[in-house]
Amino acid sequence: MAFKSVKLGVENIHLSFGGTSALTGVSFDVLEGEILAVIGPNGAGKTSTLNCINGFYQPDQGQITFFPTGSERRDITRLPAYRIAKLGIARTFQNIALYTGLNTLDNLMAARHVHMKQSMLAGMLYFGSARQEEIAHREAVEEIIDFLEIEHIRKSVVGALPYGLRKRVELGRALALEPQMLLLDEPMAGMNVEEKEDMARFILDIHERRGVTILLIEHDMGLVMDIADRIVVLDFGIKIAEGTPDTIRQDPNVIKAYLGEESQHKT
Amino acid sequence: MAAIRPAGDFDISYAHDMAVIRRPWQWAAAVGLVAFLFAVPAFSPPQFLDALNLIGIFLVSVQGLAILVGYTGQISLGQAAFMTVGAYASAVLTKYAGVPFWFALPLAGLGAGLVGLIFGLPSLRIKGFYLAMATLAAQFIIPWIFRGFWVATLGGATGIQEIPVPRLAGFAFDSEWGMYFIILVVAILTTIAMKNLARTRTGRAFVAIRDNDLAAEVLGINIVAYKLRAFFLSAFYAGLAGSLWAHYLRSINPEQLDLIDSVWMLGMVIVGGMGSALGPILGTVFIRLLRELVSTLTPNLNDMLPGLGANLAGLGPLVFGFALALFLVFEPHGLALAAVFPLAV
Ligand SMILES: Nc1ncnc2c1ncn2[C@@H]1O[C@H](COP(=O)(O)OP(=O)(O)O)[C@@H](O)[C@H]1O
Ligand SMILES: [Mg+2]
Repeated sequence: MAFKSVKLGVENIHLSFGGTSALTGVSFDVLEGEILAVIGPNGAGKTSTLNCINGFYQPDQGQITFFPTGSERRDITRLPAYRIAKLGIARTFQNIALYTGLNTLDNLMAARHVHMKQSMLAGMLYFGSARQEEIAHREAVEEIIDFLEIEHIRKSVVGALPYGLRKRVELGRALALEPQMLLLDEPMAGMNVEEKEDMARFILDIHERRGVTILLIEHDMGLVMDIADRIVVLDFGIKIAEGTPDTIRQDPNVIKAYLGEESQHKT
Repeated sequence: MAAIRPAGDFDISYAHDMAVIRRPWQWAAAVGLVAFLFAVPAFSPPQFLDALNLIGIFLVSVQGLAILVGYTGQISLGQAAFMTVGAYASAVLTKYAGVPFWFALPLAGLGAGLVGLIFGLPSLRIKGFYLAMATLAAQFIIPWIFRGFWVATLGGATGIQEIPVPRLAGFAFDSEWGMYFIILVVAILTTIAMKNLARTRTGRAFVAIRDNDLAAEVLGINIVAYKLRAFFLSAFYAGLAGSLWAHYLRSINPEQLDLIDSVWMLGMVIVGGMGSALGPILGTVFIRLLRELVSTLTPNLNDMLPGLGANLAGLGPLVFGFALALFLVFEPHGLALAAVFPLAV
């Protein structure tokens, strides 16, 4: 696959909490249409990186630039999170962050927010164009529900669903935003092998069929090597490597960082 | 919990699936219920209609509060003060500006809504207990303004009397049953509007903020704008209720609707179950009845425990209010009677 252009540029990001720095001069590009994986030991700054991109955190220094399809590049470094979503960046969370009191359908419908136009008053009257709009967006959401094979839980309140399904609903909610770029924070963490395979299949499908650029954080190295086009490795808030799966696999710095973590896990 | 639906109710289209009323018998039941409600004055004594009227007025206000507390996850102890704003607005407009009640009613809602919006501003920074304290300020500032300012018009502590009776084509709505119809129509309309709100874009944004405000923002919802909308709408409903109150009692003063009413209304929202259209109805009826009971029992309590009884009676609402505040802080989703009536959600 030939990558044309940059979709998102992260440039020299610094982020600190109190005195401790979480990210130190992190830079990388996400290319249009690729799957870029960010890996690294626990506490390396992976989630913080995503939080900077979607406006959750404001970096102390550095710049993040988004290149929306068909319009001017945008400096999104200081943009509020909801505006960044509107530009076409959606995400899922490491610790699922669904609207627990709503059912699957309404969780996805809630993510259509940026694409809907009806006013509060029109909604309260549920008349004419507001009703048409609700129905049209319901159709878009049903398509996603079919695609993710969650028809059976369409009307289930999500707070009560098992973990694996909640992860899937959360992916659906991000998709319902019709993003140009998807940020996935450990979408397969805590899943069994079968669930992981399903999730990997969905991610690859989203990538291929919808042409969505994907930035993915994942711990399962086998999976990352299989599905990522390129990999960025973070350790203690510093980028220690970047490249194709093959180069990363042989990188001495990466091996060191990971062997360190492996031995920590074992003890 | 999956919604349970009558057998044979297959979704033939999304439009059909999204409708609130799907089956012919449901239409029949809804029409029957409304017809019955309109027929109530024909066989009810005035005292009973009076109780129903007060339930109806408070229901409208409680629905507003339910949008704010139940759907949006905010809290307000100012609802009675916003009702007062609506009551005064309507009284002044009809009595001194010659505006017909039918226009004064929505304008009272609008006025109260704007005041509610101002007192909602702290919600952009603070939550829970501190927000409750901030909105409590409304309960002191608003009566203070009505007591001390523009006394020639607003009447100071004695307020405004002889508020005009609503009239339509020569008919004067000056009796319990006359006002019953106005209150009923308003309550039906606000119920439908609230139900529609809950199933459309704005309502989902409200619930998204309640359930996970950080995720809501990351998925494109402007939290600031929507919290303020919820405060506006909540106070708008209070303003409508206040207007009805003014034209039903025909007089209004700064202390008529006080902190205790705000606390009771919060109780109605919580007891009724949050996040459903049925909740406010159950909560309002239940708590109004409970309140009647308490006020008839209190004198007896005084007889049984002289001295102590008087203190206890004063403490009752305070204890109730404190328990509710604790409930909201530790159990924000409430008792949710809706769980008992899953069909009605
Ligand atoms: N909100 C926060 N407050 C304080 N420290 C934080 C916060 N978020 C992240 N950190 C710190 O930043 C570092 C990176 O965390 P994180 O980005 O979550 O790592 P990862 O996702 O790679 O496991 C950690 O040391 C973490 O403790
Ligand atoms: Mg993380």
